[in-house]
Amino acid sequence: MDSTPSRQGREVFRHAGRVRFSRGVLTLFVAAFLVLFTLFVTLPVVSLFLRISPEAFFRSLAEPVVIDALSLSLTTATASTAIVVLFGTPLALVNARHEYPGRALVDTLTDLPIVLPPAVAGIALLMAFGRRGVVGQYLNEFGISIAFTTVAVILAQVFVASPFYIRQARASFEAVDRIYEDAARTLGASPPTVAIRVTIPLAWGGLVSGAILSFARALGEFGATIMFAGNFQGRTRTMPLAIYTTMQGDLDAAISLAIILVMISFVVIAAVKVITRRKF
Amino acid sequence: MLAFRAVRQLRDFVLDLALSVRPGETLVLIGENGAGKSTVLNLISGILTPDEGEITLGDKILFSSEERINVPPESRNIGHLFQSYALFPHMTVAENVAFGLRCRRLPEPEIKRAVAEQLAVMKISELADIYVGRLSGGQRQRVALARALVLEPDLLLLDEPLAAVDMRAQSAMRRELRERIRETGIPCIIVTHNLRDAVELGDRLCLIEDGRLFADGRPEEVLGMRENGFIASFVG
Repeated sequence: MDSTPSRQGREVFRHAGRVRFSRGVLTLFVAAFLVLFTLFVTLPVVSLFLRISPEAFFRSLAEPVVIDALSLSLTTATASTAIVVLFGTPLALVNARHEYPGRALVDTLTDLPIVLPPAVAGIALLMAFGRRGVVGQYLNEFGISIAFTTVAVILAQVFVASPFYIRQARASFEAVDRIYEDAARTLGASPPTVAIRVTIPLAWGGLVSGAILSFARALGEFGATIMFAGNFQGRTRTMPLAIYTTMQGDLDAAISLAIILVMISFVVIAAVKVITRRKF
Repeated sequence: MLAFRAVRQLRDFVLDLALSVRPGETLVLIGENGAGKSTVLNLISGILTPDEGEITLGDKILFSSEERINVPPESRNIGHLFQSYALFPHMTVAENVAFGLRCRRLPEPEIKRAVAEQLAVMKISELADIYVGRLSGGQRQRVALARALVLEPDLLLLDEPLAAVDMRAQSAMRRELRERIRETGIPCIIVTHNLRDAVELGDRLCLIEDGRLFADGRPEEVLGMRENGFIASFVG
């Protein structure tokens, strides 16, 4: 009688010890896994900064190929983001709020560029807007040629980046409670006024973060651009193309451009995090 | 004077009823959850469209399936207070109250004056620049009422006006609400689950069951119909 409880106690103790031990092993395992993966993602980025001296970095910032690429990238990505927002916002709002035949199809088609390989996007754009393309041949008759121009750069960026904005915009519009729109109507607001004064402001955080993501995707666009717009300095050689081109000769310039893109990416992620925090 | 007759297919039944509100009268709608009370308000304010019927307010036809008239909600001049109040969270109290006036493109000084006056009447002047997310239930109710009344609507629809107000403040708020309605003389329809709302606010009571008008009369008449299951439990 006397020994039973203590033996039971020892059993419980041993069991607890086993649990603690296996928990410890698991924690160690998960921690090692996390560290390894984080290293895998950060090490290459850190390597960029380790492979170049600050002097060399600033020296290559002055090189024409870098300056041209930087200004071309910023202007084209800004233009393509503006186009995406201009066309994407009404489309996202209509698809979020109205049922119409073919809506599911429109949704699928606007999402398509996300899964389409950039090389496919490039050749597809060329087949549509190239000199002998489906649309391009008629434009050519009016003396308009798009392929291998800055306009082609912007079109390629719009094509690949638009889904990032449209998806986010649609989700943000859907998250707006309809009761606010109903209330606005009864207070005298016409449907366009409701959109401008109620729905868009309430979806604002999502719209801005969608536009930023779309801008970042446009900035990084490579495959479709090089196929559809070519690789001409000052006209179509954006930063990713310039990295690819200079890598073969001037590695410092390539690394400097890469570092600038990394810094922009960091700013983009930080901006999205800050903006998507709810304010009210 | 509101005359309302509408048929609309709902998920579980067909809403099919007619009712009227005389000038300056307050009509209270009672009935089980899902009986169609809020739907009636949505049909009157134009958020929902009847399958068939006719709605007139004064000499204006708001909806007529026969004459193919359907005035959009923004042109009906009906104040509709939702149960959750639906105050715009991205605006301050003053901006919420000014919203309808801005839609009517009134000159800015006139908007300022009307908003300040309305806030003073509702005793919420000190809240003017606060975002509505920080308000209590009672304060929200006042803002929602101010936002509707500043437009001088021809009819006021109140869906559970006191449900989000905490218990202790309810009877004071109810008294105030009754005074505001009397003062303005605006005809009013109130949907409620609360016996005291029905007795203290209503000139007339309508009981709705499964989308149909079951009883219509003075509060004491309707509440005297104890043989009806809902009335029996409502009166308690």
